[in-house]
Amino acid sequence: MARFIVRRTLSAVALLFAVSVLVFAIFEIIPAYNPARAIAGRNATATTVAQVSRKFGFDKPVYTQYLNTMKLIFTGQVIDYQDDLNVVDQFRERFGATLSLVVPAAILWLLTAVLLGSISALRVGRLIDRGLMALAILGVSVPVFLLAAVLLYLFAFKLTLFPNTGYVGITVSPIQWAYHLILPWFSIAVLSVGFYSRVLRSNLLDMVNQDFVRTARAKGLPARQVFLRHVLRNSMMPIITMFGLDFATLLGGAALVTEAVYNIPGVGQYEAQAIGNLDVPPILVGAMFTGFFVVLFGAISDVIYGMLDPRIRLS
Amino acid sequence: MEDEPRGGLLSGAAVVPPPAEGPDAFPGASTQTPAIGPWQLALRRFRRNRLALAFLGLLVILVGLCLLAPVYSHDIAHIGPNTTNVVGTIKVNGKVTNVVSVTGLPIGPTFSSHYFFGADEEGRDLAVRLLYGGRTSLLIGALATTIIIVFGTLLGLLTGYFRGAVDAVLRPLMDLIWSFPPVILGVAVGTALALGGIGPIKGNSLFIPALIIGVIYVPYLGKPIRGEVLRLREQDYVDAARVQGMGPWRIMISEILPNAASTIIVFIPMMLAITILLEAYLSFLGAGVQPPNASWGTLISDGINYIDTAPHLALIPGGMLVLTVLSINVVGDGIRDALDPRSQVRIKT
Repeated sequence: MARFIVRRTLSAVALLFAVSVLVFAIFEIIPAYNPARAIAGRNATATTVAQVSRKFGFDKPVYTQYLNTMKLIFTGQVIDYQDDLNVVDQFRERFGATLSLVVPAAILWLLTAVLLGSISALRVGRLIDRGLMALAILGVSVPVFLLAAVLLYLFAFKLTLFPNTGYVGITVSPIQWAYHLILPWFSIAVLSVGFYSRVLRSNLLDMVNQDFVRTARAKGLPARQVFLRHVLRNSMMPIITMFGLDFATLLGGAALVTEAVYNIPGVGQYEAQAIGNLDVPPILVGAMFTGFFVVLFGAISDVIYGMLDPRIRLS
Repeated sequence: MEDEPRGGLLSGAAVVPPPAEGPDAFPGASTQTPAIGPWQLALRRFRRNRLALAFLGLLVILVGLCLLAPVYSHDIAHIGPNTTNVVGTIKVNGKVTNVVSVTGLPIGPTFSSHYFFGADEEGRDLAVRLLYGGRTSLLIGALATTIIIVFGTLLGLLTGYFRGAVDAVLRPLMDLIWSFPPVILGVAVGTALALGGIGPIKGNSLFIPALIIGVIYVPYLGKPIRGEVLRLREQDYVDAARVQGMGPWRIMISEILPNAASTIIVFIPMMLAITILLEAYLSFLGAGVQPPNASWGTLISDGINYIDTAPHLALIPGGMLVLTVLSINVVGDGIRDALDPRSQVRIKT
């Protein structure tokens, strides 16, 4: 276990380094990218731009700029160029909203997908299987922001069942919190339910013809136990990897389209603004933030893998 | 069954029965059915899938309509995709109506030759823009898919066949792209390149989103192909080819590639669907197709701002996009089932 943690930590450091260098490099090669001009404003004189450039160190060589930015990030002092806000504080403040959006949505989609995928596989070829798979394929064909907009139109504007947009903190009012987030949760979950239930169904169908399933059945285990402990358990492996990655990227800001449509002040919204303004520090922090979660949940899903299938050793 | 190569079902040599040596080869068989190749078999299975055929028909119609956008614009709607008409009026059921009302509300669907699907807030004909936008979306999807198929296959072949140093250099590169959420990576690169363009390509060129989307999804094909090639290169027929003195490139192209072909083909519709969707996401976030071009993504994105007053602006392009992606997905499922019949194994509980 210790070796596993050390190895994963090292690979995390390597990935974060690679990600930060890549992001820095992308902005360095863009011809139109001129942060000093952006900070100084549209009508700034050449001298002001030069002053800004000196103040922020844009006149230094690239590697010095990179090292300085990294130092600022890790000491928590980095500010964005657009609004002079502390980037780390912004992420800290906004992460609550993203957690509120992503965690319940993830639980919702995982449970629903396992349930629907199992029903479909157990009733393969029947009407309910066809119906569920038709819904699943429809679910993976709809972009999240379109679904979000349609739900907003139907349930907030037409039926006025839900508030149209906005976010209320869970500490302010748990009921208002949930009331504001039901549509966003649903918008995020649908795509993943469609995707996961399709994958799970085909895994289950592949698994049923395996020898160990025949053995389990032959030794007289009840069908329910065969399904839950042998078939489903082994079919969950790829789902867990997918879930780890999807969950990690959503926490890191990939929920930005949902946050944009429902006006939820999460990290994704901040990243989207930063990207629109070519504001490098928040983009850099956002990319590393996502990378951190990707590595973390990659490691967690490997541990769960080992628990589900003892043949797999952590190495 | 596990040891059988997945593509083995399709590799000509493995499935076609050996040539019969004269009429005595099969004494029991009075009439011999002509040998049928694996591809014909797959085609026959696909043709039996009525659902997939129906959606293929729908897809052909949708693509055909989008390709005919200039004809529709010129001969039926008599208005260009970017022609604004804020103060104009049209006759609907004998009544003269403003295209855009005094309060700025655009007209809804008229279901006649002018403004069939209504107008947008600047009085542009939504139906015309829908077809032109579709052309853009489909073009970007097709270009990006081509990039994915060519480079994904190439990277998969190289890393899987040569392993070692080639793999050590190229695989982390694929992993790096793969570990980024496509939407975030696409938005970052898209915004950056939309400003300045790359080299001779202008910032608002359609090639930029196509290139970005293609590159982002290359590892999604490259990684599975690599796995497939790693397995195929250990097959006896590859050893045989090596013993015969074939070079690595010839082995890759004539021995391994045909056996990986079914995997690649299954990925084509999947990638087409996923690239069209990503284009919509990027355009929604302002990092995809740039004005004056329109795509389904930009139309939906513009329409969402008017979702409470003029819902047709988002819902009609949205419906068109969903219908197209859905058709591609259903046809793709049909192709997968036809190429890999084992994916339809029946369960007995």
